Amino acid sequence: MAWGDAKASKVRLLLFMASIILGIAAVVSIQLFSTNLKENIQSQSKTMMGADYIIDSRQEPTESAQAIIDSLNPNAYEINFVSMVAFPKNGSTKLVKVRGLEGSFPFYGKIQTLPEAAANSYQASGGALVDAALMLQFNVKPGDSIKIGDLTLPIVGALKSIPGSSAMSSSMAPPVIIPYSSVEETNLIQFGSRKEYQYFYKASDTLNLNRLKNKLEPLLEFENADIKTHTDATRRLGRSFENVGRFLNLAAFIALLLGCIGIASSVSIYIKEKLKAIAILKCMGASRLQSFLIFLIQIAAIGIVGGLIGSFIGIGLQTLFPYLLKDFLPFALDISISVKPLFIGVFLGLFMSVLFALLPLLRTWYVSPLEVLRIDEQAVQEPIKVRFMVFAAILVFLFLFAFWLIQNLFYALAFVMATVITFMLLAGVALGYIKMIKRFFPKHWSFTARQSLLNLFRPNNQTVVLVVAIGLGTFLISTLYFTKDILLTKVEIGQTTQNANIIILDVQPEQRSKVVQSITDKGLPLLNNMSLVTMRMHSIKGRLVNNMRQDSTTQIRRWVLNHEFRTTYRDSLVASEDIIKGTWTPKLNANDPVVISISDNLASDANITVGDAVVFNIQGVLMETTVGSIRAVDWSQIQLNFSIVFPKGVLEEAPQFHVVTTSVPNETSAAGLQRELVNKFPNVSVIDLRQVFSLVEDILDKVSWVINFMAFFSILTGIIVLIGSVRTSKYQRIKESVLLRTLGAKNKHILQITAFEYVFLGLLGSLVGILLALVSSLCLAVFVFKEPFSPSIMPFVVFLPGITLLVLAIGLSNIQSVLRSSPLEILRREG
Amino acid sequence: MSKILKITGLEKTYTSGNKQLTVLHDISFDVEQGQTFSIVGPSGSGKTTLLGLCAGLDQSNAGTVELCGQDLSLLNEDQRAQLRNKEVGFIFQNFQLLPTLTALENVSVPLELQGSKNATAKSMELLEKVGLGDRVHHYPSQLSGGEQQRVALARAFANAPSILFADEPTGNLDEETGEKVIQLLFDLNKENGTTLIIISHDMELANRTQQILRLKGGTIVSNQTTSVL
Repeated sequence: MAWGDAKASKVRLLLFMASIILGIAAVVSIQLFSTNLKENIQSQSKTMMGADYIIDSRQEPTESAQAIIDSLNPNAYEINFVSMVAFPKNGSTKLVKVRGLEGSFPFYGKIQTLPEAAANSYQASGGALVDAALMLQFNVKPGDSIKIGDLTLPIVGALKSIPGSSAMSSSMAPPVIIPYSSVEETNLIQFGSRKEYQYFYKASDTLNLNRLKNKLEPLLEFENADIKTHTDATRRLGRSFENVGRFLNLAAFIALLLGCIGIASSVSIYIKEKLKAIAILKCMGASRLQSFLIFLIQIAAIGIVGGLIGSFIGIGLQTLFPYLLKDFLPFALDISISVKPLFIGVFLGLFMSVLFALLPLLRTWYVSPLEVLRIDEQAVQEPIKVRFMVFAAILVFLFLFAFWLIQNLFYALAFVMATVITFMLLAGVALGYIKMIKRFFPKHWSFTARQSLLNLFRPNNQTVVLVVAIGLGTFLISTLYFTKDILLTKVEIGQTTQNANIIILDVQPEQRSKVVQSITDKGLPLLNNMSLVTMRMHSIKGRLVNNMRQDSTTQIRRWVLNHEFRTTYRDSLVASEDIIKGTWTPKLNANDPVVISISDNLASDANITVGDAVVFNIQGVLMETTVGSIRAVDWSQIQLNFSIVFPKGVLEEAPQFHVVTTSVPNETSAAGLQRELVNKFPNVSVIDLRQVFSLVEDILDKVSWVINFMAFFSILTGIIVLIGSVRTSKYQRIKESVLLRTLGAKNKHILQITAFEYVFLGLLGSLVGILLALVSSLCLAVFVFKEPFSPSIMPFVVFLPGITLLVLAIGLSNIQSVLRSSPLEILRREG
Repeated sequence: MSKILKITGLEKTYTSGNKQLTVLHDISFDVEQGQTFSIVGPSGSGKTTLLGLCAGLDQSNAGTVELCGQDLSLLNEDQRAQLRNKEVGFIFQNFQLLPTLTALENVSVPLELQGSKNATAKSMELLEKVGLGDRVHHYPSQLSGGEQQRVALARAFANAPSILFADEPTGNLDEETGEKVIQLLFDLNKENGTTLIIISHDMELANRTQQILRLKGGTIVSNQTTSVL
């Protein structure tokens, strides 16, 4: 009986199945990918670090730190720094990360080079391993040479990969590996230059790394050094992919949710159409359970088949993710396929189908045999208690499902709450709209316009379901679009001559005027010429920073206590900052008390405000200061911003180095300037922001591709829901349209009535969706990204008309049969 | 008297798979303006198909239908719809009211489609005539079968049609209610001078019309005038 009935309604049931398939496909593909990612990260944790643990320091280790390092007997060590290098073969220059290595690092995984033997021989032969992409870019080959500072080395191999380095970090400053013993000859390790010392350890399997870390960390921290274990690395990596994972899970959650709406809406209409048949069955003696089971079996069977198909599609889809995300992953991702997702897919398909179909299915239970004589909408309502229980079960399912996806109680609750609120708002708007139309019905509108409005609150109307489906789909894609905007604004690129695109760092005081001259001689503008003084906080509001480090209850963020601040001094504010508290002091005379200006984020992280005392340690000299003003700094502008600014007249005599910026018009000019600077001043580092800009753009492009891909998935499910909802209403509309035709309505009238109705629905749904997206994006901007929000008009000018047109097209495609068939044929068919 | 409906050599065939099913074969008859006319026959004899073809709700495979002086085969669907709106009224066995519209709105539909300015007033008048002046704002689901058919009757006369087709108008009504509806139908017909074509199983009803066409197996068995005048 169940099978026979399903065959007769296969188009409707196919749409119902499509909702399940898409939802399940999204969940299975994303779940599989996340599991694979997690397993890969865990299994490759040592390989990713290359060692069991590392001790590192941003300065030459202190005596005590060195004692700890030596007592543990490092198996390998390195000093690394960012520097400009030159290729004498063709005179080209590039900013790279120079790694001077000693010992057999890595202990896990290996340095991959071409030729392969170079990885093992470079230390003995005194050669350099140069990033393979960089060699390709500058057309250099093994056997050519590389000039690093004052040292010229032969290139012995192309470096393809080294544990712990991703394509993303490599493209900012590609790695060049040289023997540790050669570093000194470069003469690049000078005061003020940024460098890192790393000591690599291989531990026995029995060593408890966590215990070691807990014991050493406070001691090392006190000496400005740090210990990292391979498990930290995987945790950190796991965390950095958490957001990607969370976003993908959110997309899966929404795709599945839309699928659930599709199920609920199509089953609801389907059952309504079957009520008379059920009443007839009951008249003939079918029990409540029998009639309920007929439809339950149908729904369950479709759920299982849909789940199975969705799982297969999901398994196919997940193989796409590693390809899309490969540039973000520091390792090759192995995809393994198991039967588990099939079980998950089938179980989810079955469970969500039955659960979301339960409410309409229960109507079969309560339908009276009397309905044979007259179908009464009100007569088949199930008791409120039963409805409440079903709703509660749905909410519990959603919560458990969200929790299973993201493994975080708070986020799961937030997901469900956000969903319920969005649903309620959309449904509320739809109901309010219906009420408003009823109350202020435009009696003087044309017949067709009035008819289409009437359709919105007709019995069995789809207004609420369609507004929710359209609204949710639009809400999702618009939120993603607005969010992308926020992220893109963060790296707004100034390509005008007012914005610097070349930054020259580490300029020593005696080099300053010569560097400036090199720039001005080329006719380039000198945009900034700043002095940088490095210092650490010694005490805050009278409390010693060293004491605060030991205090676990301190409200000051840890980075503030450990950070080496690069400060500057000037007499005016720059474009990216505004005073929000206190008074700006441009200049001080000798013996004046020192007042400084701090950024708002530092004020909040260090828990200080105007009038508070801060003592700095400037290369061993203590300087007492008072906070004079707090600035709001727009860090999103790529330019030199500072969290601490001194007035003029204080730091002029302190040990310092300088930063000079300029703007170059093109690639040739940039290359010429970089070549000259590296030749004349080997210690300076030149950052070509144009490359950073294009890299950031490239990364954002890829991120938005992934985002759009998943959003597209949800939208596709949304469209299926839309088609399903609109098509289920088709069967109710046809008869009415035919009656109108019989009474003399032209095709034009029927088209207009339908078109108006779907335009109303499309406009309302998409407009509310976009407005809700505006609110949610504003919240994201304020609370998550902490960025100003300037919404794009794109969703209003593209999505609003686009989605409305899509809804219109689906709606109009529904009445094609009415327009083509003869009225008599349909009147007879529809009774 | 002029002929309002002229049927000549009408054929209607349906294709089901490879099989051709002839529903109507070589049907020819005329209906005079203002005449009351009934089509009778057993189930499956082609009565409803014939009505559909006469009213321009469907198209024949052969032969011509001339309604109100216009050959329907020369008109497209929109032109036929316009002709129906101006000249034709319908009454169906299962009432076929629009469930979302009140009684008053249902009656107004043909007038609204004509762009009539005083559709509501005219509809009110008609509903009062059929005895439903106090039920104008009720929806079809709130009305009894007899009341629904009276709304359908009012709707059928709303556009002052030249010809009215009634398909088993009492088929869904009890005898007493059916009689009331039929009386109303004949009264309105007389008052408006409308041509009335009734399809029915009920010979008693058929005998109240001026002419009876008998169909069997898709062909005309007889076409006789009755003694009713």
